[in-house]
Amino acid sequence: MSQTAQDLAEKLSAQFPEAFVAAAEFRGEVTLKLKDPAKIADVCAFAKKELGFDYLVDLSSIDNYGEDPRWTMVYELYGMLTHRSYLRIKTDVSEEKSELPTISGVWATANWHEREAYDMMGIRFAGHPDLRRILMWEGYPYFPLRKDFPLAGKPSEMPDVAFTRRAPLEGGPFVTLAGGKDSMEREPRVRTPEE
Amino acid sequence: MATTQEISFKEPAARVAERQAAFGANDELPEMQGEKMVLNMGPSHPATHGVLRIILEMDGEIITKADPDIGYLHRGDEKIAENMTYTQFIPYTDRLDYLAPLANNVAYALAVEKLMGIDGQLTPRCQYIRVICCELARVSAHLLGLGAFAMDVGALTVFLHTFAQRETVYNLAEALTGARFTTSYTRIGGLSRDIPQGWIDAVRKFLDECAVAIDESDKLLTRNRIWVDRTKDIGVISKEDAIDFGLSGPNLRGSGVDFDLRKAHPYLCYKDFEFEIPIGSVGDCYDRYLVRMEEMRQSLRILRQAIDKLPGGPINIPDGKTVLPSKDKVLTGMEELIHQFMLVTQGVNAPKGEVYFGAENPKGELGFYINSRGGGTPYRLKIRAPSFVNLSILAKLLPGHMMSDTVAILGSLDFVMGECDR
Repeated sequence: MSQTAQDLAEKLSAQFPEAFVAAAEFRGEVTLKLKDPAKIADVCAFAKKELGFDYLVDLSSIDNYGEDPRWTMVYELYGMLTHRSYLRIKTDVSEEKSELPTISGVWATANWHEREAYDMMGIRFAGHPDLRRILMWEGYPYFPLRKDFPLAGKPSEMPDVAFTRRAPLEGGPFVTLAGGKDSMEREPRVRTPEE
Repeated sequence: MATTQEISFKEPAARVAERQAAFGANDELPEMQGEKMVLNMGPSHPATHGVLRIILEMDGEIITKADPDIGYLHRGDEKIAENMTYTQFIPYTDRLDYLAPLANNVAYALAVEKLMGIDGQLTPRCQYIRVICCELARVSAHLLGLGAFAMDVGALTVFLHTFAQRETVYNLAEALTGARFTTSYTRIGGLSRDIPQGWIDAVRKFLDECAVAIDESDKLLTRNRIWVDRTKDIGVISKEDAIDFGLSGPNLRGSGVDFDLRKAHPYLCYKDFEFEIPIGSVGDCYDRYLVRMEEMRQSLRILRQAIDKLPGGPINIPDGKTVLPSKDKVLTGMEELIHQFMLVTQGVNAPKGEVYFGAENPKGELGFYINSRGGGTPYRLKIRAPSFVNLSILAKLLPGHMMSDTVAILGSLDFVMGECDR
């Protein structure tokens, strides 16, 4: 199986020369890294049409807080009716841009996944037909899955929604980073992202 | 003393003149009769099984546009996962698909084990018990999904039959894990405890009773005229659409795609068992019902084989750096004490890297994408929730159907919002 994934990754790299960093393999999964996020829609369309990746399993976003580029998008491709191999495509997006082309035209399932990535991370998808918040409500001012967003949440215009006050004795050993702090300070909800 | 009051009716022409003076000459009343109505269904509606809201635009009784609104149950599980160790997140997986917590526990543990590269070292007994857990969860979830589906379209009796069996599964889960719902049964590299005495006999008894109950439900529904009328050719999902929208589980198979992760990419010891994957031919609500019905029978078949072949031996992999050492060794040995201390405070030491693992859960493919930068906490943990993906087809599926078909379609998609909203 892994061999097929490697072959497919090679075919994809051959079609888009110089577009990818060399494929990486970890635990039998092949990951291709796309250098230019603007090409993601073309790459995905080719992968679907020519390489038989008819199924988008998952789409995730990563916040590399404090690094440049800040965002990483992860696409999990699968060939359902064809070769039944997985392939992961990753691409980095800079914080200034925070935008890349949508792939909702390639796989319909990407519509909601991209809405979620927008809602949680604040990454925009150019050409998306319906880029609204999906899990948080319309008008919520923050992007809660960013690393600089505190676990306790932030107060917004809806009191006691998406925000938890610190409970006086809830300082159990939740955070395991050794730092010599007492349990109150180690409570994750207390941590501010600036630390 | 009654007083008389004069009531004066104006002439129709005078009334029209008055109305035109108030609203302008352009009388909009005739046009309003053809206007579409927006109907809000949910977030708390018996057929939405939780807190799903659908904004329906209706033309008479026909739906012309549907806009599902989710997120009422969002708890930020992915954010929480970044702030705790891998083991500490296991209880949160109970609350994803809260109708099949055991299957979620297994899927999550397998994802972390894949990241650590120890999925091949799981002991045979652990694998078999995990399979038993998964299949019990599947039977239980399908029993509920089927019962609620039937109840929504008017067949209340089935719900009572299936719930009696579900109660037995809860009792089995309680005997096994100590909790009926919040099981948190698996650990990274093993299980929290071995099966109790007499449990296998209880499972065997359940299998016999459940097979009868499934047959009874089958007789109540499969050839029931009302049931067939309400589900056949309703909510048809084509094979292409099912794949395009990323459907998984019984909803995908109901559309005729022969895909089950237990067969396509066997994990645990699913290779050891004989079972078949039912698929539908049309992709309507009736097909999805038939697929679930047959899947329960196949699950019972797997369960019978698993309890017959259940091997002995340890349930945890013999590695003190992954699984907590036994208490007596911790109290007497230095090395075990250090292992225990490190595991509890720092968690398992996962390598740098990223993995995706998907397991065939009752609702579909529950996947975990874990991005690790080393250490005991994930840098990013993305949950690929089958209900989230399955619901995304609603906007395409509902238009053209009658309002009352929504209930049948929602029931046949069998989603759970705890997992959809995470």
